[in-house]
Amino acid sequence: MSDLRELYQEVILDHNKRPRNFRVIDPASHHAEGFNPLCGDRLTVFIDVADGVIRDLAFQGQGCAISTASASLMTEALKGRPVAEVEPLFAKFHDLVTTDGPTPPGLGKLGVLAGVREFPSRVKCATLAWHALKAALDHRSAPVATE
Amino acid sequence: MSAPIVTPVPAAAFDVEAVRAQFPVLAQQIRGKHLVYLDSGASAQKPEVVVQAVADCYRGYYSNIHRGVHALSERSTTAFERAREQVARFVNAPSPREIVFLRSTTEAINLVANSFLEPQLGPDDEILVTEMEHHSNIVPWQLVADRYGAKVVAAPVTDRGELDLDGLTRLISGRTKLVAVTHVSNVLGTINPIADIVRLAHAQGVPVLVDGAQGVPHLAVDVQALGCDFYAFSAHKVYGPSGVGALWARAELLAAMPPYQGGGGMIRRVSFSGTTFADPPERFEAGTPDVAGVIGFGAAVEWTRALGLDAIAAHEHELTQYAMARLADIPGLRLIGTAADKAGVVSFVMDGVHPHDIGTILDGEGVAVRVGHHCAQPLMERFAVPATARASFGVYNTSADVDALAAALDKVRHWFG
Ligand SMILES: Cc1ncc(COP(=O)(O)O)c(C=O)c1O
Repeated sequence: MSDLRELYQEVILDHNKRPRNFRVIDPASHHAEGFNPLCGDRLTVFIDVADGVIRDLAFQGQGCAISTASASLMTEALKGRPVAEVEPLFAKFHDLVTTDGPTPPGLGKLGVLAGVREFPSRVKCATLAWHALKAALDHRSAPVATE
Repeated sequence: MSAPIVTPVPAAAFDVEAVRAQFPVLAQQIRGKHLVYLDSGASAQKPEVVVQAVADCYRGYYSNIHRGVHALSERSTTAFERAREQVARFVNAPSPREIVFLRSTTEAINLVANSFLEPQLGPDDEILVTEMEHHSNIVPWQLVADRYGAKVVAAPVTDRGELDLDGLTRLISGRTKLVAVTHVSNVLGTINPIADIVRLAHAQGVPVLVDGAQGVPHLAVDVQALGCDFYAFSAHKVYGPSGVGALWARAELLAAMPPYQGGGGMIRRVSFSGTTFADPPERFEAGTPDVAGVIGFGAAVEWTRALGLDAIAAHEHELTQYAMARLADIPGLRLIGTAADKAGVVSFVMDGVHPHDIGTILDGEGVAVRVGHHCAQPLMERFAVPATARASFGVYNTSADVDALAAALDKVRHWFG
């Protein structure tokens, strides 16, 4: 049961129940849809960028606790940050949920998702919002799939 | 765990412990808990006799078939053709020559789409399926339909998950070239009234293909009594190896169908001025088949037949009734698929918990279920759910497995409050 407790930490259950920034931004400078065909999770990420800074970041959709909490935590982590920080933070986050080493520094609250690494089938849930965010910033309009 | 409100399945004539003992894979622990395998709908486990039949072939007499004059090739060919007889008997086909060995249900349906349907398809023609089909009984039809401006239409499903026969009847017209329907829904467990559907379709001169992937593990299948024209099924869902399946089709239909794939084994004579093809079933069996897999398929259907499909159906029926009653008592749980005539498949959703999270927490308790859209996205849309959790039963499941499922679902409730 310890792996499960590690996966479903209080913070994750809380963000699943009460996702932060769970709304539409209209107008948004960027938005994109993410879709996980394996489990049907579907969410849309909205971003408002001005002068290279993420002024606002939000999401909406339907997903499991891991994808919902991950999206919610992502919006909190990146709101008000320079767009240039997205790539390096995603790289670190990806390491966090896929590799066994120590938690990379600088992830803050996102670190609660470390438990995902013990559940390879759930990595796609944890990264869904991030893939959508990247697609939105790249102005790719077709939904991104995690498969 | 709360006390069961319903009486568990009584230890009847069906000796489930003796059956379980034949499945080596079941005797293991997952994350420190006894494995409770409730995912036979995705793929069934294999009894020792099937594992042994495959191993015996490789250890004792394996060779390519229909090609050699040497002893091993003759022995392999004999065993392969014996499997054809066994599989034919299993679905009561009039002749083993009406059994085509393929990779799967999926390949069988693609074969019918390409060799039977395509040559007669024109603009505005229709293939009638149902809302409860697996993607493998939708997409192959769409692929050929798209090439000819034809279309795939779907008969409606009721809120209980039963096929709306009036709705289906209304959709059969002069444009309908084929009705393709599942015997048993892999999500709802619904057993469709195939003989009735066949009568309705045949009355209008429309042939019927039955997707039997979930039919053969749960029901005694008699293709002659069903009256259908094609019956497609996979070995792996009926306790046989993965990667092999079969198509049963009426001899006269097979005889008129052109080859699907070209290659070795399916020809009579090849020359650059023209090639002539073997008779069915070899015409549709291009290339070296999964020899040992087919032999294992034969062993699996023999084993299943010896156990008795009626006894299996009765055992699974009791389990399903028990499971539905236990699950209905869990707060916030909703069953998807409550047809009167239902095989051992129980789908459900829970308020406030995504099926994916249900699956992970159940796995932590050693309980293996499938979560997701079950390759039936149109059906998910029909029931307005993104996904479901599904427990599916096999010959080896017990009422204790259902109790373990219910207890694990209590944990889910506890975690997700
Ligand atoms: C109803 C139904 N049809 C078709 C299939 C496809 O079977 P296979 O993957 O063996 O081709 C399945 C398997 O999941 C099924 O449940």
